[in-house]
Amino acid sequence: MKRRSLRWLLPVAALPVLALLAYGFRVNHRDIPSPLVGRPATAFTLTSYAGEPMSLEAHRGRVVVVNFWASWCIPACYEEAPVLERNWRAYRDRGVMVLGVDIQDKPDAGRKFIEQFSLTFPNALDPTGKVSIDYGVYGVPETFFIDARGRIRAKHVGAVTDAVFQREVDRLLAEAK
Amino acid sequence: MTPELGHGAIIVAGLLAIYGALVSAIGGRTGRTALLESAQHAALGVFGLVTFAMLLLIYSFLTFDFSVRYVAMNTNLQTPYYFRITALWGALEGSLILWAWMVALYTLIVILRHRHNARELYPWVLTTMLGVAAFFLIVMAVPAPPFERMTPIPANGRGLNPLLEDTGMITHPVALYLGFTGFTVPFAFAVGALATGRVGDRWITLTRRWTIVAWYFLSLGLLIGGWWSYHVLGWGGYWAWDPVENAAFMPWLTGTAFLHSVMIQERRRMLKLWNIGLVIMTFALTLFGTFLTRSGVIASVHAFTQGAIGVFFLSFLSLVVLVSLALLAWRWEALAAEGELDSVVSRESAFLLNNVLLVAATFTVFFGTVFPLLSEAVRGVKVSVGAPFFNQVTVPLFLGLLFLMGVGPLIAWRRASRDNLRRNFLWPIAIGIVSAAIIFAAGVRSTLAVLTLALTVFVTATVAVDFVRATRARLRMGEGLLPAMGGLLVRHNRRYGGFAIHLGILVIAVGVTGSQAWSLHREATLKKGEAVELAGYTFQFAGLAARDAGNHFLVESTFKVTNGNIAPREMRPAKKFYPQEQSPIAHVDYRLGWVEDLYLVLGDFERDGSQATVKVQVNRMVSWIWIGGVVLTLGTLLAILPDRKKPA
Repeated sequence: MKRRSLRWLLPVAALPVLALLAYGFRVNHRDIPSPLVGRPATAFTLTSYAGEPMSLEAHRGRVVVVNFWASWCIPACYEEAPVLERNWRAYRDRGVMVLGVDIQDKPDAGRKFIEQFSLTFPNALDPTGKVSIDYGVYGVPETFFIDARGRIRAKHVGAVTDAVFQREVDRLLAEAK
Repeated sequence: MTPELGHGAIIVAGLLAIYGALVSAIGGRTGRTALLESAQHAALGVFGLVTFAMLLLIYSFLTFDFSVRYVAMNTNLQTPYYFRITALWGALEGSLILWAWMVALYTLIVILRHRHNARELYPWVLTTMLGVAAFFLIVMAVPAPPFERMTPIPANGRGLNPLLEDTGMITHPVALYLGFTGFTVPFAFAVGALATGRVGDRWITLTRRWTIVAWYFLSLGLLIGGWWSYHVLGWGGYWAWDPVENAAFMPWLTGTAFLHSVMIQERRRMLKLWNIGLVIMTFALTLFGTFLTRSGVIASVHAFTQGAIGVFFLSFLSLVVLVSLALLAWRWEALAAEGELDSVVSRESAFLLNNVLLVAATFTVFFGTVFPLLSEAVRGVKVSVGAPFFNQVTVPLFLGLLFLMGVGPLIAWRRASRDNLRRNFLWPIAIGIVSAAIIFAAGVRSTLAVLTLALTVFVTATVAVDFVRATRARLRMGEGLLPAMGGLLVRHNRRYGGFAIHLGILVIAVGVTGSQAWSLHREATLKKGEAVELAGYTFQFAGLAARDAGNHFLVESTFKVTNGNIAPREMRPAKKFYPQEQSPIAHVDYRLGWVEDLYLVLGDFERDGSQATVKVQVNRMVSWIWIGGVVLTLGTLLAILPDRKKPA
C-alpha cells in the first residue's frame, strides 16, 4: 500500500535539517579578516617590566612577533606562554624578535605571570590601552606577525601553537632572504 | 585528589546509567522484574554519584582550587562565596552537571511515583530517562570534563563573567534547566507508549502534572531571563529574539500547544499522533536549544565555549529525532483517531487552531533562527535576522492566540449551539468592542495596542462570565459567597488554574504591548548641573565619583530626579571596569513602578567629572510582565493541586 511507505518520510524529512546544523560546524563567526593585515604596523614605545624601553621601531629590519596577553586570560595565555618562550629561544639567533604587550592588567599580576613562565623576551604593560587599540585587539590573546619591512602580515586569534608560530615566522624569514 | 574523585564519579555514573537503561529495556521485553529492580538501583546510584560530583565541584569553588580549570575560568579570589556556589552553572561544564543532576532527580521521582501505576510503560520510561542522563554524563566524561586539571596552576582565577554576578543569573538557569529537563519525563512516557503500542490516554493522564511543571519552569526561566536582561544589560528591553532566547522559546511554544491538545485526546480520543509528535518536538527542541547555545554554530550574544561538544549534541539530537520519528511511523495505525471532528464551531476546532498557530509560530522562530546558517550554506552570504522579522510574522499569530484564549475554554465540545455561543460570548464581545472604543477615545492610536488591549478585556470578560455563572449556581444551592468561590477553585482546580494562567499571560501581554507602545527614551550629554527632561521628569546631572569596589573599579554618577508630584530623589547609574573585560559594563539604576519605570544608563564621561552622557528611559508597564509571572505561578499551583474526590 502506498500510504504505508509514505509515513517513513517523516523521519527522512528530519535529515536535511540535521544536515544543515552539521554544516554549521564549518562556519566560524569569529573569523573576521583583520583590515590591518598587509598594512604597516603602527609604531609604539612602552616601558618593559625590566624597566627598559620597548619599541617596535628598534627592531625594524627583523621579523617581529607582537603578542597581546593578560594575566587574567585563562587558559589561552597560560597555554601559549611556554610556546612563545620556547620558540623565541629557538629563533632569536635567526634575528626574530618577540614582544609581549600586557593589556588591561595590574602590574603585580603581570609581573607574577612573567616570573611563573620565566619569560625572557621583552614584555611591557600597555597602561593606557593605546597600543591594543591601534592594533584593533578584540580579545586576548592575539598575535601579530610583522615582516622585516614593518608590515603586519598575519594575525592569529587565540593561543599560538608551535605550528602556527613556525609556519608564519618561517614564511617571513624566507621572504627576508 | 578531589578533581580525580569527581571525574571518576562522573564516569562510573555514566556507566551505571548505560547499564540501567539496557537492563530496564531487557526487563521490559522479557518481563523479568529482577532486571527492573536492578535498573532502579542503578538510577539511585546515578543520582548519588552525580550529587557527589556536584558537591565536589562546589567544594572546589569554595576552596578556590584553581588547579581545576573550570574553577579558574569562572571565579577569582575576589568572587563572593554565594557567587562561587552559583558559578557552578556559570558556564558549560558545570551547567552540564546541574543538568545531569536534574535528570537523575526526575528519574528518581518517576520511579517513586510511577513504578506501580505505569506498569507496561515504566521500563521504557526508565530506559529513556537513564539514556538521557547517560548522554549528559558521556559529554562530561569526554568533550567537556568539569574537573579537568589546569597546569600550570594560575595564582588567581579569571573570575565569573561580571554580567552573571546578579541574582537573576542565580535563578534563571536553574528554572530554565528544570523546564528543559522536565520535558524529558513526558517524552520518556511518549517513547514508552510508542515502544509498547499503548498509545491510548494512559501516558497522557500520567504526565499531565509533569508537563505543567516543566512548562511552568520554562515560563519562569524565560521571565527571569527577561528580568535579568532588563535590569542588567542596560538596553532597556527584556526580549531581543536572540537565537538563544529563541531556543528556549520554541519548546515553550510547542509545550503550550501540547498542554492544550492533550485535552482533545482525553475528551475525544483524537490527535494521538499529533500529541506524541508534539512531545517529541518539544523534547528535541530543548536539545536543539542546548546545541545552539553550546556549539557556536549560530552567532549569538550569548557566546559560550565552542568545540567538540557540538558534535556530541548534534549526534544525540539526531538519534532522538530519528529514533522517535521511526517509532512514530512504526505505530502509525495505532495512532489513528477514534473520534471525529463534528463541527468547525466547537472547542475541538478552537484548540486545533490554537495548536496550528503555536506550531506556526514555532516554525517561524525556527526558520528565523537558522536562516543565517541556511543563507551561508546555500548562498555563502552572512546575514542576520533581527527583531522586525520575528515581530511582523509572530505578532498576528499571537493576536489570534489571544482571541482563542477567550473562545476555547467556553465554547461547547463537539458542536456549539447558537444558545451556547450567545450565552458565553455576547457580553464579552460587547465589552471588548466598547473597551476598544474607550481605548481609542482615550487617545491610543496604535492599532496593535488597541487590538491587544481590547482582546485582553474580551478574554478577561469570558473568564469573569464563567466564574460568575458558576458561583451563582452554587449560591442557589445554598452556599455562602466565599465558600462557593473557594469550592469552585479547589474542586475544579484544573479549569480555574488554567484560567488563572491565562490571566497571567494576559497581564504579560498588556505589559509587552504597553512597553512597546508607550516607552520613551532620550540620550543627552550634560555638563555638571545641567538637566534633561523626559515625560515630566527632570534629571539633573550632579557629578561623578569613582572608587575601587573589590573585584572591579566603579565610576558612579549622581542624578537628581524631580517631577511635580514626587519628592526629589537621587539615581546613580554607573560603569563598572573589570580587569578581565575588554569594555566597561554598565550598571543600570532603575526605579520600578506600577505604570512606569525610571531607567538610567551612564554612557561616556569626562574623567574629571565635568560632563557625562546619559540614556534616560521612562519605560511604561514593564512591571506588568513580572506581575504576570506571579499570577502564572499561582495559576500553576492551583492547576497541579491533587485531584479532589467530587462530593457524592
